[in-house]
Amino acid sequence: MKRRVVLGIAVAAALAVLPFRVPSNWQNLLISTFYYAYLGQAWNILGGYAGQLSLGHAAFFAIGAYTSAVLAIHLGISPWLGMVAGALLAALLSLGIGYLGFRFGLRGFYFILLTLAVAEICRLVALHLPILGGYTGLFINFTPDPWQFQFQGKIPYYFIALGFLGVASGIAWLIQRSKLGTYLVAIREDEDASEALGVDTFRYKMVAYAVSAALTAPGGTFYAYFQFYLQPNTVLNINHSVDIMIRPIVGGSGTILGPVLGSLLLELLGEFSRTYFAAGVAGLNVVIYGILLIVVVLFLPRGVYPTLTHLMRRPAAGRRP
Amino acid sequence: MSLLRVAGLSKSFGGLRAVQRVSFDLAEGEILGLIGPNGAGKTTLFHLISGFLQPDEGSVRYAGESLAGLRPHQICQRGMVRTFQIARPFLHLTVLENVVVGALRRVAHRREAVRIAEEVLGLTGLQEKAGSLGQRLTLPDRKRLELARALATRPRLLLLDELMAGLTPTETERLIDLIRAIHGRGVTILLIEHVMRAVMALSQRVLVLNYGQLIAQGRPEQVVRDPKVIEAYLGQDSAGAEADASG
Repeated sequence: MKRRVVLGIAVAAALAVLPFRVPSNWQNLLISTFYYAYLGQAWNILGGYAGQLSLGHAAFFAIGAYTSAVLAIHLGISPWLGMVAGALLAALLSLGIGYLGFRFGLRGFYFILLTLAVAEICRLVALHLPILGGYTGLFINFTPDPWQFQFQGKIPYYFIALGFLGVASGIAWLIQRSKLGTYLVAIREDEDASEALGVDTFRYKMVAYAVSAALTAPGGTFYAYFQFYLQPNTVLNINHSVDIMIRPIVGGSGTILGPVLGSLLLELLGEFSRTYFAAGVAGLNVVIYGILLIVVVLFLPRGVYPTLTHLMRRPAAGRRP
Repeated sequence: MSLLRVAGLSKSFGGLRAVQRVSFDLAEGEILGLIGPNGAGKTTLFHLISGFLQPDEGSVRYAGESLAGLRPHQICQRGMVRTFQIARPFLHLTVLENVVVGALRRVAHRREAVRIAEEVLGLTGLQEKAGSLGQRLTLPDRKRLELARALATRPRLLLLDELMAGLTPTETERLIDLIRAIHGRGVTILLIEHVMRAVMALSQRVLVLNYGQLIAQGRPEQVVRDPKVIEAYLGQDSAGAEADASG
């Protein structure tokens, strides 16, 4: 226990000093790592713990992005408040999808298709709603004011992304230790057996979905005020939904460190392939990235983190009589 | 007063009438055996009673309350718990965690649930396997785990679906003792069983289902002598069939 506390303090101190000690491109890499780990952690609650794979989390992300941007542009409401509104709206949408999907017993592929379809509907709506900027998208004017979620330089964004990740991981940790988390995992393992043991599978899946969606939306707000530009075909692209889910899957879904490890690994992979392969043949870096991804998924099917803990435990188990 | 009252229960799948107007009562504290040849509708009857299927006709009353329209988890919360014919452990969870899920039916906090689960593992003889993953268990242990999980919910009525299938005679004997011990703690039991040794040893009363209909009921030693039952279930030579079933 003591060792854990010391380790925690050391990690926290390192993370606090880190952005001041590294060049700006490394700052970007770290922000991106935390940001995707955050989104992955949010997805993980539904996809990893409850085992309900969503291929439409871009919808909740976009709700968080557009809600905060539109409220700020048209009504002058701070994105910090808009972020909360976005989270509530995202939770509301997730409950709608969840009701349709879970009430009528959609499982596996059919649930995935439902989430994908809803995200696609959201993309079409965003493309055709004038208030969301339509195809042109929404531009956000830069006015450096922390209350407007806008900052000079990268360092504030670094700490916000890190803070988001900390909160999401804390929530995942609390869930994992609670009745809710135990039930979600049971549902993932076998829904009928869970029902027979008194688990209200419908209700718990709804809760997981709402929490996951509400956590995803602030990621969109962060994106809006980091990029200062929202466009439906970027934000609501299926690739974006894949980006959200791929990190927890690579890192180890249904674990707290999985999304973090997956995000770090993929950022490093992306950076590596861009640095060494982007100069020559166009698109080669993406191919290399894809190949490396296939290798990871092929050889570590349960994800990097579970494989690591398994390897670390094995020698210890061997020593037992 | 009967704990479970099944009245005129029917269920068809297309043209197949799986369960036809089945009625019976189960008294509190009883062990009732449900036997019948393969495809007789025993498991369908279990599905209907436990809420996994809705009947076309008829009713199930439990502790004086109609169960019509209730979902399985609601029925479990009222104290009636079933096991599955093909054991369905949570494969990637440890044995202890499997049982914790059941124990959480009656407590809100994991800490208490773990304590209950450990107690149940002790009772069912699984304490040494507490840390093994569900997928690593042998068939007899899977059957025990199925029972342990159900027990952890603290049932008043336990529905056991072919718990003995695939076990060796020694394992069967052990499980019979375990079920007796559970019954001794005041749990009412309804069991589907093919292993005649277990049916005869445990049941105070036996129901016989054939082609979806109840064809006989009574004390086990009477039922196995009933010509209709011998013809439907045990075949022409009852002694031979018994040897087959328990071997």
